[in-house]
Amino acid sequence: MASITESQAQRGPFSWLRRDGKPMKPSTREAWYGYLLASPWIIGFIVFTFGPMLASLIIGLFRTDFLTEMTFVGLRWYQNVLSDSLVRKALFNTAIFCFTVVPINTALALLIAVMLNQGIRLQSFWRTLYYLPSVVSGVAVSLLWKWLYQPDIGLLNSILGPLLRPLGIDPPRWIFSTEWALPSLIIMAFWGAGGAMLIYLAGLRGIPTSLYEAAEIDGANSFRRFFAVTLPLLTPTIFFNVVLNIIGSWQVFTQAMVMTRGGPNNATLTMVLHIYNTGFQNFYFGYASAQAWLLFIIVLGFVILALRSASSWVHYDRV
Amino acid sequence: MATTVQTGAAVHQAGQHGNSKVSETLYRLLLYGAVILGGVIFAIPFYWMLRTSVMPTTQVYLFPPEWWPDKFEWHHFKTPFAVFPFARFFLNSTFIAAGSAIGTALSSSVVGFSFARLRFPFRDKIFVIVLATMMLPEHVRLVPTYLLFVELDWIGTYRPLIIPNWFAPAFYVFLMRQFFMTIPRELDDSAMIDGCNPIGLFWRIHLPLSLPALGVVLIFMVTAQWNDFLHPLIYIQGVPNYTVALGLRLFEGHMTNNMQALMAASILGVLPTIILFFFAQRYFVQGIVVSGVKG
Repeated sequence: MASITESQAQRGPFSWLRRDGKPMKPSTREAWYGYLLASPWIIGFIVFTFGPMLASLIIGLFRTDFLTEMTFVGLRWYQNVLSDSLVRKALFNTAIFCFTVVPINTALALLIAVMLNQGIRLQSFWRTLYYLPSVVSGVAVSLLWKWLYQPDIGLLNSILGPLLRPLGIDPPRWIFSTEWALPSLIIMAFWGAGGAMLIYLAGLRGIPTSLYEAAEIDGANSFRRFFAVTLPLLTPTIFFNVVLNIIGSWQVFTQAMVMTRGGPNNATLTMVLHIYNTGFQNFYFGYASAQAWLLFIIVLGFVILALRSASSWVHYDRV
Repeated sequence: MATTVQTGAAVHQAGQHGNSKVSETLYRLLLYGAVILGGVIFAIPFYWMLRTSVMPTTQVYLFPPEWWPDKFEWHHFKTPFAVFPFARFFLNSTFIAAGSAIGTALSSSVVGFSFARLRFPFRDKIFVIVLATMMLPEHVRLVPTYLLFVELDWIGTYRPLIIPNWFAPAFYVFLMRQFFMTIPRELDDSAMIDGCNPIGLFWRIHLPLSLPALGVVLIFMVTAQWNDFLHPLIYIQGVPNYTVALGLRLFEGHMTNNMQALMAASILGVLPTIILFFFAQRYFVQGIVVSGVKG
């Protein structure tokens, strides 16, 4: 057996790397295989991630439409980006979107998961029902919500109208009003809370019952059990999800593009939509790059903040 | 997974001692009430989509809206195909989704195996970079990769939508690695003694065992690509080459007065992902557990 391994080592695909023809050490051979098999990611990282990110910094120094014009403008775009009122508007809108959707969706997902974990009948049916909206997304869902939000004949106002009108309030005009357009996109995002719910449900099922029994013997009621046992044990899962959700929600695009095109009066202009408009509609690719870097730095900042805060509330001593 | 610890699924039984019968019943009643109410709220948008798509024109624009169609008109489902080559759009989307998913499954399983099983210098440091790119907002690369594809003369082809996915997207590498970590090391050792090199080990031992995880990768990627809007919007040119997502938006521009046809087209647009979900629900749940809970 041993001789087979040795002769294989000699004739292995990396033997040409050794001029003297001696067999390669097994650990060296393994390392070469390691790099070979990891190479799709390494190449992809250089060509589609790291390279483009560097290039993006450099493109940000030019005024260019990639076809007719390539003028060096120095740091002008990077200076502009901070004082541009449209960029500020887009940042503000996206920040509002992120910091309402992420906490509310997390709470909602946890609530549904805990409810479905109480030994409820037809659990898998309810799980599917709550999860399904997060499977479908994109243009079709945006078109559906646009229809639900129709102020005059849409479903939402046909329910709200009869409730609000007796009080002397007109129901909101949703995506057609400057105040309600962004809240409309936020409310629509709650429909997708099922994605995180499924993760929390799986997390809940992994908590050993013995812990609950111990807590009960100590006289903890069900609220106390939730906050003392369930929540702490779930924090690693919650943390991972919150970080991914923050990143995802800073990149909101499809809803804003399909439902409102950023309007009315830029009320739903998001960062990615603004980058798209600047680059792919108005052909200021340099400026779009500078804006993309701003977005990147902001998201990076929040991720670092989240990671820093983790030690104070995430419990990694799992059972 | 095969643990003997009794877990949270059985919590309700543990929670039943001590509470009086009345408060327990009341609690159950409230719980079911909340679950059903929430379920109805989550289901209504789907119902509204279906109800709109089969309603007669005279009824659909009534105010206040009516919940049940007077009669069912299925012909609205034909309209999208009559106005635009929607069948072609479905084919295009399928091609892009399948091409991306196969490439992602192959590449990320190979890379995931390497990170899970082979020892090489800087492996763990490189893996930290893999995790970091998962946290990267996609759009920093949007403009420069566009320039790259302009230079390669790939604009107007499907290559910009498919080829990058053949280079092991970070999230799927992470998913496959987490899965490979659960395969017992003893299997590796016995295969190595039998003279397998790492590629043989991957091909003969790990790949056959990781079919469920590959299923997860395929499903996630197909769904993501099917729903993608931004990248097709940037790269695809010419109506016959449109994906379903682009086709829906085009259709909306032409159908402002035909809500039934628009909802019918939207239903057709989400149907493939829903069908996929129902057939592969187990994989969906498993993939989420692997990527989300153990993360």
